[in-house]
This record gives sequence, structure tokens and C-alpha cells, in this order.
Amino acid sequence: MITTSGLTKVYQSRGREVTALDGVDLHVREGEVYGVIGQSGAGKSSLIRCVNLLERPTTGTVTVDGVDLTALAGRGRRAGKELREARSRIGMVFQHFNLLSSRTVQANVELPLEILGVSGRERSRKALELLDLVGLADKAKAYPTQLSGGQKQRVGIARALAGDPKVLLSDEATSALDPETTRSILQLLRDLNQQLGLTVLLITHEMDVVKSVCDSAALMKNGRVIESGTVAELLATPGSELAGELFPVTGTATGPDHTVVDVTFHGEAAVRPVISQLSRTYNIDISILGAAMDTVAGRQIGRMRIELPGGYEDNVVPVGFLREQGLQVDIVESAADADTEFAALVKDGAK
Amino acid sequence: MTWSEMQPLLTQGTYDTLYMVLWSTLVTVLGGLPIGILLVLTDKGGLLQNQPLNKVLGVIVNIGRSLPFIILLIFLIPVTTAVVGTFIGPTAMIVPLAIGALPFFARLVETAVREVDHGLIEAVESMGGGIPTLVGKVLLPQALPSLVAGVTTTVITLVGYSAMAGAVGGEGLGSKAITYGFQRFETGFMVATVVVLIVLVTVIQLLGDGVVRLLARRGRTA
Repeated sequence: MITTSGLTKVYQSRGREVTALDGVDLHVREGEVYGVIGQSGAGKSSLIRCVNLLERPTTGTVTVDGVDLTALAGRGRRAGKELREARSRIGMVFQHFNLLSSRTVQANVELPLEILGVSGRERSRKALELLDLVGLADKAKAYPTQLSGGQKQRVGIARALAGDPKVLLSDEATSALDPETTRSILQLLRDLNQQLGLTVLLITHEMDVVKSVCDSAALMKNGRVIESGTVAELLATPGSELAGELFPVTGTATGPDHTVVDVTFHGEAAVRPVISQLSRTYNIDISILGAAMDTVAGRQIGRMRIELPGGYEDNVVPVGFLREQGLQVDIVESAADADTEFAALVKDGAK
Repeated sequence: MTWSEMQPLLTQGTYDTLYMVLWSTLVTVLGGLPIGILLVLTDKGGLLQNQPLNKVLGVIVNIGRSLPFIILLIFLIPVTTAVVGTFIGPTAMIVPLAIGALPFFARLVETAVREVDHGLIEAVESMGGGIPTLVGKVLLPQALPSLVAGVTTTVITLVGYSAMAGAVGGEGLGSKAITYGFQRFETGFMVATVVVLIVLVTVIQLLGDGVVRLLARRGRTA
């Protein structure tokens, strides 16, 4: 639905060049919620602004719903007619809502319809319908300053949906909201995604946002996408930083004669009580050191760090059993090993 | 000078002053609004970014603002004569008054429009809105309270300018004060003119503030 390829953005700042995007390839499938996460300065804001060409990419292309937007962009800062039409089919919500304080809630939602040239009566009907959809039907005549942050963002979402977009861009939509409100807004985005088949591309710096609504995610650092994929794919990727952040597990072996393994649940095996089966089948005691599990669409995904008695050699069979069940099992190196590795790194660094 | 002698002079003076000020305000607003908006849009990073045009506009506005009004008044006599046919009388004075206040008001418009949150501009762009939508539905409505405050300041400046115009063939309270209060040493009349001017300026300021408050209240209370 949204594809960027080789996207770069270089800003000229007092004669110096700052690279905000450095060859970003992103692929958002139709109907999914895609989260781009990164710290401030990672380039995610530039990325989302390049998707509807609020910022012109220096090189690379952006395709939304089969239309190459970069080809529609003229030379100047001013958008041509074709690009403006394409933009009207892409909704966007903002961190600071960006509602017009001079207009009522309803008039704010009507603004994109005015731009589209929809007649007065139809505008009013559509705006009220959208306000009802976001749960603010009773606030139509209020002004934005009379609303709470969460309500303002709901208006922002209603406004973004006015042009019947297939794609919604969310620029840190929940970053200015408290945790409770954040959850309700994310739930709304999720509902809209499911009810309307809306494809959502959101950027955020909060891992919780990705965790609670995203089907897929990408991690950005220094203008590059470091990792990307569906949440299950990321979990299946050994050493994935995103998976580690999404499902953090900690805990070390309680004694020298123990084996610590990380078990990653994704896919079919996650519905079966594998751990207790393992315990009963081999008659071993298993301690759970840490776990980060979530149930998504009736399936458990996440990881668990467990400790098995005996050294690695003693546990080849149980580990084999887990792998047979379709689980991904990674042996966690013992603390001692990690220490020597760290010492080697320090030595390397000293050279 | 008795009150019955002063009264018709003051009435006529006030009427002429208001006539000059209101018409020149109208011209100033109509001319200053587009120039002020253009100053913002053509600036670096603006939607109509055009540095040469921006620089030229800026220089013209600055020249207009740096000339003392009394000099401008004399300097513009040929222009006034060409437009109105004479350079004497209240109608003729509208030309230099408007030209004198226009750059001032254009700067006020520029400041007011620049204060509109950039996020709103971005939001309208993301909806596919063009320049007319941006100006008509976002920049002007959002900047309206500041613009009205700017108009108030401009009208009061014009009242001051119109008094100066009295020195170079204009009519109005300034002209009356110069003729009777200064040249004939009628201190009583001078005081009366000053009082009328103070009342005039106060009323204008109160009116302007009232409108600003009304506009700013939108959305603050139910």
C-alpha cells in the first residue's frame, strides 16, 4: 500500500549537510498497522512527511496505493493539483492535533471536505457521521480549546478520515497524551483499521504503541531502517533488537550447573502448553526466569527465559523437544562466557 | 472664543478627520493585507518561496516606514495631484495617508500571520489544500484577533498622521488646531481639540479591544 524505495533526505543547514534519511526502503501492506519506532533524530518524522510529500525527498520514490507521488511533485515547495488530489486521499494525524481554534469541532472536520468541494449539506452530514464514529457526536458545536487532549485527537482522526482515505499517517499521535488516553486512541486506530480496512503507518518513540497495535514494525536509527517485518518475523529473527525491546526477558542462571535458554513463541506452537509437556515428558524441573508474553489474535507471542537443570550436554534432548514443537530456542550464554567476551571487547577497544 | 464659536469648528474638524482616517484605513487594509501575506509566503521556507520578490517587497516596505510622514506628505504631492486632481482638502489627503500607513500595516499583518502555528499549515497541506484555502481558511481566520488589533493601531496612527496633514492643506482637527489654536493663540480651542482627539483615540482603542476580545473568546467559553 505504501512503498518507499531508496528514500534519502538531506537538509542544508548553514552550509552543512544533514542526512535525515539514508536510503529507506519501507513496505507497508494493505490493511496493516505499521509502526516505525526510533529515538528523536532517527529520521522517522522526516520519513512520514516524505510519504505525503510534505517534505520532498532528496532522492528515491514514494508510492501510495499504486500512485508514484514523487512523480507528481513539482519543483518548488508548492504542491501541484495532482499531488494535492493524491494528498486528499491520505489522512494524517499529528502529535499536537493541529486543529483550527477559530472553527468549531464540526467545522474542523468539514475543512477537508471544503477543500474537496463537497456541498454544504453533504459536508455537515459527513462530519457528524465521522464525529459519531470517533465518539464525539455531542461535541460538534464545541471549540477545540474546550476539549481534552484525547478528544482533540479524536477530532483530528475524524478530520483525517473525511476524505475517505485508504491510508492514515499518524505522526506521534499519542505522544502528547497520558497513558490512559493513549490506550483509548490506539484502540480507536485499531478499530478503524479493522472496520474500514484502513492501512495505518504510524511513527512513535514508545515501544508500547508498537506492542499494542502494530502488525509490523520497523526500527530506525540515524536515518536508516535497521530492522523491519511483522511482529512474528521479528521475533523469529535471532538477535533482533526490536524483538528484544518488544519482549524483553532478563534473568541469569541460579547456579553453575544450569542451562538457561530463551524460548520464543510465534505461530502454531504457542497455543499448546509446551512447557508443562516438556516437564512431564522428561521429568525435569523447569524454572521460569523471566517472560514477556502477549496474546495477539488468540495466539501467544513473546519469549520466555527458562532454566533447565544440568549443563548444556545434559539438555540436548529437551531442547530438541522444544525445537520439534516449532519453537525457537536460543541458548543463553552463561555469565562467565559473557564476561570473557566482554573482556575481549575491552582489549580490542584498547588497541 | 466662546463654545458656540468653537462647537461648529470642532464638529467639522472631527467629521473631516474621521472621513480621512476611515477612507485611508480602508485603502491601507486592502493594500496591506496582501502585501503582508505575500511577505510571509515568499519568505524562505514559505509556500511561495521567492527570495528576490521577498527582498524587493521588504525594501519597499522599509523605505515607506523610514520616511517621516510630514516629508512623505510633501514628497507625494505630485502623486496626490495626479490621482485626485488636487493636493488640498480631505479627499486629497487620503492618498498620502494610505501610502504612509500601508507599509506599517503590512508589517503588522506579516507579524500576525507569521504567528499562525506552522502545524496548521502542514495540516492543511496534508489535506490537499492549496494557497487560496491556506490563506482564506487558515491564515486569515487564525490571525484575525491579531489583525484586528493591528487595524486598531493603524487607525490611531492615521489619526496622528491626519493631524499632520492639516499642516499641508488637509482639513480636520489638526488643521483646525493649527489655524485657531496655534496661529491665533486660542488656548481654549487648543485644549478643546486635544480633548476631542483623546476621546476619539480612546473610543477607537476601546472598540478595537472589544472586537479582539470577542474574537479571542471564541472557544474559550461555551
